[in-house]
Amino acid sequence: MEKILEVKDLYVSFHTYSGEVKAVRGVNFDIYKGEVVAIVGESGCGKSVTSQSIMQILPTPPAEYKKGSIIFQGQDLLKKSEKEMQRIRGKDIGMIFQDSMTSLNPTSKIGSQIAEGLVKHQKLSGSAAWNRAVEMLELVGVAQPDRRANQYPHEFSGGMRQRAMIAIALACQPKLLIADEPTTALDVTIQAQILELMKGLQKKLDTSIILITHDLGVVAEMCERVIVMYAGQVIEAGTVNDIFYNSKHPYTKGLLKSIPHTGMDRRESLKSIVGTPPDLFNPPAGCPFYARCERAMKICGDNDPELAEMEKNHYAACWLNHSMALASTAGKEGV
Amino acid sequence: MLKYIISRFALSLVTLWVIITLTFVLMHSIPGNPFASESTMPQGVYENLMKYYNLDKPLVIQYGMYLKSIAHFDFGPSIKKSTVSVNGYIQKSFPVSAHLGLQALAIAIFFGVLLGTIAALNHNKGPDYFSMVLAIIGISVPSFILATVLMNYIAVEWKLLPVAGWKTWKHTILPSVALAMMPMAYIARLMRSSMLEVLGQDYIKTAKAKGMAKSIIILKHALRNAILPVVTVLGTIATNLVTGSFIIENIFGIPGMGDMFVKGIFDRDYPIILGSAVFYSAILILLTFLIDIAYTLIDPRIKLVGGVRDAH
Amino acid sequence: MRTEIKLTEDMFQPVNDNFKNAENISRPNIPFWTDVWRRLKQNKLAMVGLTIISLLAVMAIIGPYLSGFNYYSQDFSKKNLHPNSIHWFGTDYAGRDIFTRAWYGARISLFIGLMAASIDFVIGVVYGGFSGFKAGRIDNIMMRIGEVFYSIPHLLMVILLMVVLPQGLWTIILAMTITGWIPMSRLVRGQVLQLKEQEYVQAAKAMGASTGWILRKHLIPNTMGPILVNITLTVPQAIFAEATLSFLGLGVPPPMASWGTMTSDALESLFVGNAYQLFIPAFLISLTMFAFNVLGDGLRDALDPRLRK
Repeated sequence: MEKILEVKDLYVSFHTYSGEVKAVRGVNFDIYKGEVVAIVGESGCGKSVTSQSIMQILPTPPAEYKKGSIIFQGQDLLKKSEKEMQRIRGKDIGMIFQDSMTSLNPTSKIGSQIAEGLVKHQKLSGSAAWNRAVEMLELVGVAQPDRRANQYPHEFSGGMRQRAMIAIALACQPKLLIADEPTTALDVTIQAQILELMKGLQKKLDTSIILITHDLGVVAEMCERVIVMYAGQVIEAGTVNDIFYNSKHPYTKGLLKSIPHTGMDRRESLKSIVGTPPDLFNPPAGCPFYARCERAMKICGDNDPELAEMEKNHYAACWLNHSMALASTAGKEGV
Repeated sequence: MLKYIISRFALSLVTLWVIITLTFVLMHSIPGNPFASESTMPQGVYENLMKYYNLDKPLVIQYGMYLKSIAHFDFGPSIKKSTVSVNGYIQKSFPVSAHLGLQALAIAIFFGVLLGTIAALNHNKGPDYFSMVLAIIGISVPSFILATVLMNYIAVEWKLLPVAGWKTWKHTILPSVALAMMPMAYIARLMRSSMLEVLGQDYIKTAKAKGMAKSIIILKHALRNAILPVVTVLGTIATNLVTGSFIIENIFGIPGMGDMFVKGIFDRDYPIILGSAVFYSAILILLTFLIDIAYTLIDPRIKLVGGVRDAH
Repeated sequence: MRTEIKLTEDMFQPVNDNFKNAENISRPNIPFWTDVWRRLKQNKLAMVGLTIISLLAVMAIIGPYLSGFNYYSQDFSKKNLHPNSIHWFGTDYAGRDIFTRAWYGARISLFIGLMAASIDFVIGVVYGGFSGFKAGRIDNIMMRIGEVFYSIPHLLMVILLMVVLPQGLWTIILAMTITGWIPMSRLVRGQVLQLKEQEYVQAAKAMGASTGWILRKHLIPNTMGPILVNITLTVPQAIFAEATLSFLGLGVPPPMASWGTMTSDALESLFVGNAYQLFIPAFLISLTMFAFNVLGDGLRDALDPRLRK
């Protein structure tokens, strides 16, 4: 399969009044053509920063791309100038955000907001772009698209706005779509509709999608592969089956265990992972999950485990998978 | 929408009526009358004058007559300058004041928006601090003080521009700049904070993610939204411009309405004072009303009662 | 690639005390007003403003005694002297010492400014508080009345009043407060209305708290901030208004002097080379307005929860 995106050894920090926040600390992953990959993790794990770094829309100051490369279509995006990136954004890579109300210009018609990208990237005339915008609205399932295109964001419902966002992002048929928590702000029924829409469009346009979410249900519904992030690092990556049924990292296991399920005894308490993520001003030297891990070993406190391949295309960063751990008393049962 | 216009208009009329009444009451609450000081006047002449100006009738009747004449846009004759009617006076001097006021307003809006935008785009850097210190000084120095400073150095000492009068375009520079400084500084500060808030909004991120160039983002997306608060404030600014113009016209010897008003105050010329006050108020209330309506047209989010709102 | 570390069997033994640092909360809890003061202190410009105000206040009190002259004695043999070692600010057209008059005028101008702001505050709080408390129709009517009065061009009304009323210190103060209380009333009313909706107020009431207790414990702390900012920013407006009135000849009557009347009297001095007579009081007016504006700005920023660092 063809590789669309390669993120190699990415380090991104933010310079704030209180110091340097090391938000992304050595992230590696690949995205292939036509696949839907999820990046999951709790708030603050670095998933949004990573995705915005691909497009380089982080304000720099205070952000700084310290190290690494992002290879897209054979070129390192981190080495590109702002003007070159402007030609790629919206055209080859599209992005949709979580809050559709604040992500749309309140004083600009929906149709214009879709047409804008078409005029810039595909050099269409004003009217041609407008017609195409109406077509896009129809494609994403907005009824009466010609009337709706003349309306403003506040006249749309939440679900419709999110559809409009998708229309904007896909207008120029990008090869890669980054969706940052697209359904988090929607209620469950609308959520299902939007996911259906995205799945359909993805197949039709053969777009790769990076879906950022903290909702494992959405992951199960939409995605083929999953990347799990914690404290600015990738700690596990694999297919949906690998992650859900054969996880090799205590954090992922903890996440899965904490999902409430039907059939639970009502006296059972919800299982959560003790503690909070580490302070990213001063990230720990060892494994970032050390302070919350029930299976921690001495080596974990001082040494950060690397991502190692477990089985084909299933990677995990945990000392418990090391051969020496499996041999000792601690790691006997594996992870 | 129509309901809104009507209710705003009604409010404006009420306000205007309150002002007219207040002014009338105030003027006539002073004991004596404008002719009392002229002790050499023969009794017969005095009585005739009183009759001519309706000052011999009971107050309530005078009030009614006054309201009636205002409704016909007739402010009556001036007392001190008996050959001129207040209307005539207004007709001659209003264009001058309007010119000064509009010129100052244009300067204030243009440079205020520009300065505020530049400051916001260079947040916490040199141009930002510089502009903002300038702006704070701008709102702290009363316009007439600035006028005297400018007059002293630029006109009197360095002789770059004329000192006073209103003949050539050069004469208009110092007065309009002096008048424009305070509103300009106010607009600059407002624009800056509005722009900063807009630039932090998510839709700016969306525009960036679409690959739009920085200049387009600023002009098309940011500015359009950031300028809205400035529009709401235009009414107040216009009011302050008007009151500021009184003194500026006085200092620079500009034959405008402000000058006429101030002289009328000194002379205790009631028709002039009343007429000017009512006229000014009417203009300002009209302006405020128009700006309110204009704002509802500019901001698409404001859909008033009666507007069509689509369901999901 | 990381450098290879030497792996021993011991390193793979389990550890049981790794949880102790898990629940640390990062920031210490600071009480509200301490935090506000701390943030205000960090704003250098605001601190400059505060210092200037303090200095002005001190000079207003002791200044007139420092020079040895008084503010009203005229001596035409000493008229229009430029600043020198005896008359630090020079003398005016009637031979009066400007230094003394300047600090005497400071008393007048500052007094007018602070008084006007305070009266606006009192009327505003009472009117707005009552209106918000009553809510419903009474509130509606009161706010409409306020709206009509607010639409009246402020300075215009003040000028008219000043024409009619006898000149004097309290007349000016009175005239300036006729419409200035309205923004304050709106502020207070908004807060009262908001407060009434809050659940913790209902909870307090359910626990038997009296209206007075609720007002003291909840309303005052919450509104103090914006009220303080409003007062601080009203003072320069009042000083500006007084200066404008004086320039129109409607200021305090002689022999009293305010910065406004001093500036107005000195207008002709410009053309005969005695600009200092105008610029000294003019500078003092601007300086005072600047100081209060900057302090008010700083207070507003220090109270804004979004700017917490």
